[in-house]
Amino acid sequence: MTKKKRAVVEREDVVVKFVGDSGDGMQLSGNMFSDVAALVGNDLATFPDFPAEIRAPQNTVAGVSGFQVHMGSSKIFTTGDQVDVLVAMNPASLKANLKWAKKGATILTDTDAFDDKAIEKAGYKQDPLGDGTLTDYNMIKAPITTLTKESLKDLGIDNKTAERSKNMFALGILYFIFNRDLKPSFHYFEQKFKKKPELIEINKIVLQAGYNYAETVEAIESVIQVAPAKMEKGRYRNITGNVGTAWGLLAASEKSGRPLFLGSYPITPATEILIELAKHKSLGAKVFQAEDEIAGICSAIGASYTGSLACTTTSGPGLSLKSEAIGLAVMTELPLVIVDVQRGGPSTGLPTKSEQSDLYQALFGRNGECPVIVIAASTAENCFYYAYEAAKLAMEHMTPVILLTDGYLGFGSTLFRIPKMADMPAINPPMAQPNDPNYKPYKRNPETLVREWAIPGTEGLRHRIGGLEKEDVIGTVSTDPLNHQKMVDFRAAKVEKVADFIPEQTIDGAPEGELLVVSWGGTYGAVHSAVKKMQQEGKPVSHAHFHHLMPLPKNTGKVLRGFKKILVPELNSGQFVNYLRMKFPMPNIYQYNKVQGLPFMINELTEKINQLLEEK
Amino acid sequence: MDFLNMTVERSNVQLTKTDFESDQMVKWCPGCGAHAILAAVERVFPKIGYRKENFCMISGIGCSSRFPYYVNTYGIHGIHGRAAAISTGVKIANPRLSVWMATGDGDSLAIGGNHFIHVIRRNVDINILLFNNQIYGLTKGQYSPTTPMGKVTKTSPQGTIEHPFTVGELVMGAQGTFFARVPDNNINLMTEAMFEAARHDGTSIIEIMQNCIIFADKAHSDITGKEVKDETMLVLKNGEPMLFGKNHEKGIILRETHLEVAEIGKNGITVDDILIHDQYNQDPGIHLMLAKLAPPVFPMVFGVIRSAMYPTYDDLVGEQIKFARENSKIRNMDDLLNSGDTWEI
Repeated sequence: MTKKKRAVVEREDVVVKFVGDSGDGMQLSGNMFSDVAALVGNDLATFPDFPAEIRAPQNTVAGVSGFQVHMGSSKIFTTGDQVDVLVAMNPASLKANLKWAKKGATILTDTDAFDDKAIEKAGYKQDPLGDGTLTDYNMIKAPITTLTKESLKDLGIDNKTAERSKNMFALGILYFIFNRDLKPSFHYFEQKFKKKPELIEINKIVLQAGYNYAETVEAIESVIQVAPAKMEKGRYRNITGNVGTAWGLLAASEKSGRPLFLGSYPITPATEILIELAKHKSLGAKVFQAEDEIAGICSAIGASYTGSLACTTTSGPGLSLKSEAIGLAVMTELPLVIVDVQRGGPSTGLPTKSEQSDLYQALFGRNGECPVIVIAASTAENCFYYAYEAAKLAMEHMTPVILLTDGYLGFGSTLFRIPKMADMPAINPPMAQPNDPNYKPYKRNPETLVREWAIPGTEGLRHRIGGLEKEDVIGTVSTDPLNHQKMVDFRAAKVEKVADFIPEQTIDGAPEGELLVVSWGGTYGAVHSAVKKMQQEGKPVSHAHFHHLMPLPKNTGKVLRGFKKILVPELNSGQFVNYLRMKFPMPNIYQYNKVQGLPFMINELTEKINQLLEEK
Repeated sequence: MDFLNMTVERSNVQLTKTDFESDQMVKWCPGCGAHAILAAVERVFPKIGYRKENFCMISGIGCSSRFPYYVNTYGIHGIHGRAAAISTGVKIANPRLSVWMATGDGDSLAIGGNHFIHVIRRNVDINILLFNNQIYGLTKGQYSPTTPMGKVTKTSPQGTIEHPFTVGELVMGAQGTFFARVPDNNINLMTEAMFEAARHDGTSIIEIMQNCIIFADKAHSDITGKEVKDETMLVLKNGEPMLFGKNHEKGIILRETHLEVAEIGKNGITVDDILIHDQYNQDPGIHLMLAKLAPPVFPMVFGVIRSAMYPTYDDLVGEQIKFARENSKIRNMDDLLNSGDTWEI
């Protein structure tokens, strides 16, 4: 064994993926690896990739759990299409992930895990480490389990405990490859295992052993350096989309002075929002885990009536269950934030995979003429800001707002520049004043068409609202035909008028020309990266990413009409594209769709864009 | 009335019936039992002692659920079956409100059955008036979860083949802390139960045996009818023996593990052998047995059957928030945003 000085190779960005059995600790390795990258100033995006089952059968492809990190010295927009470095702890995880590895990628495997039984269980006919399958890759075949146990032999601990820390050995190897300092991770162990000091020692030893071992490995010819990214000055943290959403709601509650109420029911991939808010009772958040999705939203409607910033969080199937109650909130004109963290559908579909296929449901999925505001976040980081905006619009415009995120955004993390609450926009709900002699439940502000929020307990404002159609202004039950027409029109116009309060649509690139790529929601990173790449190649392509879907920004028609062709890529069968066609009938709107529970790859998009540019 | 919930603000003026009269036309059928329930509520609300702005009346869908329009309080006429969920949100968000819910056997026991059992299990401090007319009235006469088996209705032309719920049994099964049963033809019994429900901290269920004059007329008259009620109704009073009959000559006794009807003076039975009603007993055993009694062997039991003290959900929510506020380092959003691992760039 020799230790040689390695050459340092500078890379602008690198994608690393940790994969193994569900119990192999891949999420922890991935998180620790990205924390260290963040500390040295890399920008990054991460995504956990795990099965719907908690512990699927060992060593099977179904049981593979993964964590992907994309880090770079410039702004990172996606979690990365293809992997530069793959850590595969068993044959099944290699089998499931080899297709994502770039040609020439570095692949680290635990040779101890490649026994005949595991190889067969993974679906390989013979050992992939020996049959030439991997000749195109830079292989680091290390007996990780054996080496882990060996490094701990002086401690006299049992085999099982020793084996459990093999993920730290692999992480140590990666730290060497990426020239990382081990100290932050040592510090992390000291914090995490305060109550189990023996684990601090074990993890430190194994991590160091992995690092030291890597120094002796011939296959590691050079170490990779990813320089710090040039980022806006400020204080940063890591945030997932779901935590960002939860915090955005809390921030809106504080800013508006309206206490936060969440009525929710556990559902993948939205549950983390419920879990996160349940932690923050010190901020006055009242979090109610209801008996079902319907009770979640109905309790929120009750809380909204009493003056809370009321929210309910769910995913596709849950949104279906909430449809009738959203209608009640539309009819009673109460503020309500409904967060839909989209997943693959229909029905139970692909619970842990991401899609954009709930857009129709958000826009139209209710009985009667039932307009609501619909907005969509586009990065894990801006889930915070769009949740805040959803709450602001709901309260200021007295209407339900559906915020669409997705599993990819919700589980994924990015760096988050911490805002100051003083800088967040003001929220001014239209509270009715006690004993206002002119108060009427459905009297509207003539400019916004918004009714006042009169909360129980307030003197002189007793009134009843409900799901039956109400008479304009006075709010008693009415079946009068012309009144119904008027109220239907008011509810639609109220939501349309929100366009006066949201920013105009921006265009990334030339404001007119050959081709505009239009996207919305969680595909921002991939579409942005693809367009950017083509712009750098001198192609006449621009990009418009929509966050406001209902109502659309006022200049939407103008934006679309500036281009000869429009391409709308979506992770559904074409929902936004058809919505645009309905609103702006034009022959030149093209679509590109993928419904596989997977994000867009940048090269898929550039290929499609090129094809459209070439077609005359 | 210093036994009232201290979190609800009290009125400093004496309120009257007119303070709660709504300007809306009451559109129940003439002769409907719901009119009497409205009269009882208008009698009770001004006397409870709370500020009139602190009452909130929530309902679902059905004849019963038009109730909020007919009393002048804050209120929501909700959607079918969901009144308990809406009420839960109202009470958790603002425990200073006295929350009342009007619902029916279809609304709460069929489409809203899930919310009904869970609001009871959580013991959210709301008062539920359950109009049990054993029929779907507003949709014109289909059988409900309380329609007696065999009954011919529009959707059971050969008679129903379903076992009906006994409301009290369901309430106790869901760990109910308060259950009363009253007939719609006795306003005094109704108002007494409503006062007791207001006084009870926790979910209070008042099952009102209400008559639907159009689609299930006289559904309860075999029990609550003037001619029979001495033999078929036993009205409970806390601390008093469970007696019934024209001259209170009959009573309920506990023999081994079962209740039995006994006649005083026969077989050596004296009034001392008759069970004494203890509505505050935490053990629901006897309460459950009482709730299930029915003719022909037994009388049906009316009045407050159970009123046991347990912490309410809304109080516990408040306590957890108070504890978190006193013990957490995170006092505001800026604290939260800057908590955990952060770094300067």
